[in-house]
Amino acid sequence: MRASLTMAERKTGLGLAAALALLGLVMAAAARQGAMAVHGAMALALGLVLVFRLGAALYDAPAAIPDRQGRYDDAPTRFGIVMTLVWAMIGMAAGVWVAALLYWPEATPLWPATSFGRLRPVHTTAIIFGFGGNALIATSFHVLQRTSRARLADALSPWVVLIGFNLFCAWAVTGYLMGSTQSKEYAEAEWYADLWLVAVWLVYFALYIRTLARRAEPHIYVANWYYMAFILVVAILHIVNNIALPVSLAGARSFPVWAGVQDAMIQWWYGHNAVAFFLTAGFLGMLYYFLPVRSGRPIWSYRLSILSFWGIVFFYIWVGSHHLHYTALPYWVQTLGMTFSVMLLVPSWASAGNAIATLNGAWHKVRDDATLRFMFVAAVFYGLSTFEGSFLAIRPVNSLSHYTDWTVGHVHSGTLGWVAMIIFGALYTLVPQLSGREAMAWPRAVEWHFWLAVTGTLVYVVSMWNAGITQGLMWRTYDDSGALSYSFLQSVQAMAPYYLLRAIGGAMFLTGAAICALNCRATMRAAPAGAGARDRPLTLQPAE
Amino acid sequence: MPLRLHYNLEKLSMGLVAAIIVAASIGGLVEIAPLFTIDETVAVPKDLRPLTPLELAGREIYIREGCYACHSQMVRSLADEIDRYGPYSLAGESAYDHPMLWGSKRTGPDLARLGGKYSDRWHVDHLTDPRAVVPASIMPAYPWLARPLETGNLGPELATLARLGVPYDPGMIANAAADALAQARPDSPGAEAARGRYGERFAARDFDGNPAELTEMDALVAYLQSLGTQTRAPYEVLAEGIE
Repeated sequence: MRASLTMAERKTGLGLAAALALLGLVMAAAARQGAMAVHGAMALALGLVLVFRLGAALYDAPAAIPDRQGRYDDAPTRFGIVMTLVWAMIGMAAGVWVAALLYWPEATPLWPATSFGRLRPVHTTAIIFGFGGNALIATSFHVLQRTSRARLADALSPWVVLIGFNLFCAWAVTGYLMGSTQSKEYAEAEWYADLWLVAVWLVYFALYIRTLARRAEPHIYVANWYYMAFILVVAILHIVNNIALPVSLAGARSFPVWAGVQDAMIQWWYGHNAVAFFLTAGFLGMLYYFLPVRSGRPIWSYRLSILSFWGIVFFYIWVGSHHLHYTALPYWVQTLGMTFSVMLLVPSWASAGNAIATLNGAWHKVRDDATLRFMFVAAVFYGLSTFEGSFLAIRPVNSLSHYTDWTVGHVHSGTLGWVAMIIFGALYTLVPQLSGREAMAWPRAVEWHFWLAVTGTLVYVVSMWNAGITQGLMWRTYDDSGALSYSFLQSVQAMAPYYLLRAIGGAMFLTGAAICALNCRATMRAAPAGAGARDRPLTLQPAE
Repeated sequence: MPLRLHYNLEKLSMGLVAAIIVAASIGGLVEIAPLFTIDETVAVPKDLRPLTPLELAGREIYIREGCYACHSQMVRSLADEIDRYGPYSLAGESAYDHPMLWGSKRTGPDLARLGGKYSDRWHVDHLTDPRAVVPASIMPAYPWLARPLETGNLGPELATLARLGVPYDPGMIANAAADALAQARPDSPGAEAARGRYGERFAARDFDGNPAELTEMDALVAYLQSLGTQTRAPYEVLAEGIE
């Protein structure tokens, strides 16, 4: 971080770090105990570390690289990639552990922080925000600069975004371990963490717009449309869903202002669009850049990109209510959610089809290059899981699938098969490039990772399909006398083999991701001294 | 023509920003805004009572331990669910729930109609060691619930909920901690005052069988025993439907 900053930026950074330390001190002093005090102490510690590092850098020479404007700013992307892999390990390990607990429940240690209910949001938050979010931010900085042929608008903002975002993730995850949670799914973090994320997000949006304003390309490339939709709509969703009244400004506890059926609708409007704009739009941005780059083929259809982009932005927002079929939510809202979910298949498959058709003429590369194969498999799983999603949103299908492990299987076919695969494809493209190398340090390990990831995903998803359909059928089966055939407990017992298989599939996926993390580390360490990306931005010509 | 339009839109970053915000706002506005204006959406049952302070403390433990990750509180209007759990859930039942705990997954059974189904003793044994009472259960054990309940924050919490529209009056807010203790000690002097504030329709007894201490177990079991008992409306609606 420090090497790329000028003296003036180091001083500003020092001020920001001191402000963070002060904020942490105030939080810790006001709360005195509980999650908020611990989180204050974390912010204080982070602020102090940054103060010392930036303070020391004030006495370092040389101040900065002379022709800075003639280079892309890649240091934040490198840091973001490291954090992506760190959170991947935390989130996937937590996932495998809670999956195992469902098979061996007596293995739960008698320590509250290791209980299923507290670790489940650790898994989801570490994966969605930690792993997915860091990957999105890191790649967005890279893609934004390359497709605009301009350097990031300033050197400090990307660090504020990345460090601030990771502090949010760390606050959220440690809060759940201490029992501090709002209990709103995928938005469990408490009020002050939510406010903090809003501030970080504003810096992110401003940086994006300011960099676009400096672009040397007249058109904004399609990948940036998706990254912008991700930034904008996630902000709207996050703010509305998390409006809460704290019990006291000196404590973590708060109550959401929404209650009952309104809260349910807002929660799933948020929840499903976290899938849409966090786990889909952002990653489609990643796909639209890294797939053409790696395959050496242009995107197959420009018109299809436009159609699918606006289709996704407009249709997705409507579909959240399909999470509430047959509940106390008004019937007409359920019907709207179902209808739009089915229509959503059109732009979703337009995107998937566009990605796969882009590979036409490059199939020999897909065969030989595991990195490109990751992206191809991601596009295929994207198509499959969006079809499954539209299907599960149909009311009678949902009556069987809802509340069962089928939903869990569906989500993981999206997150493992699509989101994680496209991240790995992007990382394997990006890491060598940023390290000034032709290839990863261990090319064979990429192949191993690919097969572990694909097999793990299939084992996971197929076992959860079986589990979910079995549960759904057992719950609704009547015998000849008109009584329910199975007790709930019998349906739990029937799950045992599937839960075991799921844990095995997850462990395979985790193993592959660990290989990826080690491979990326080895590649980054093997970078020649002073190596950086070889491509250069267009330097702006001074006016006559 | 539309392609031409888009061709130009791609050159304007703020134009794209505005178009994305408009396109992404319509669906939410159409689906969410009416829920706040149509009176019939949430017909709050006349007999709906808010949770007592002890039950509210139990609800917070339920949230803290992530029980909602495996247990729903929403019986759908499907025959097998009504036969298995009881009358289907009404929107008004959760009108005071900040946040709602409808849940999205049933690794364990639905709990919307749990109140009164099992004895306090069963709940205590089950939460302490689920496999002692249900050998095939895969629920985690919660032995740490035997620790004392922290009641100091209950007053401010009731006050916050009152500001959000839950009918807690100033007397309830002022006496929240005392009422929590009184609910678990029905023979104590404070019990009569608690009855005066909350009426007769809540269970008052020593839930965890340990009269020496007010524990988190007391609170959680009181909450579990309250589920589905805050109003009779779902039973009446179902009975009308059958007639």
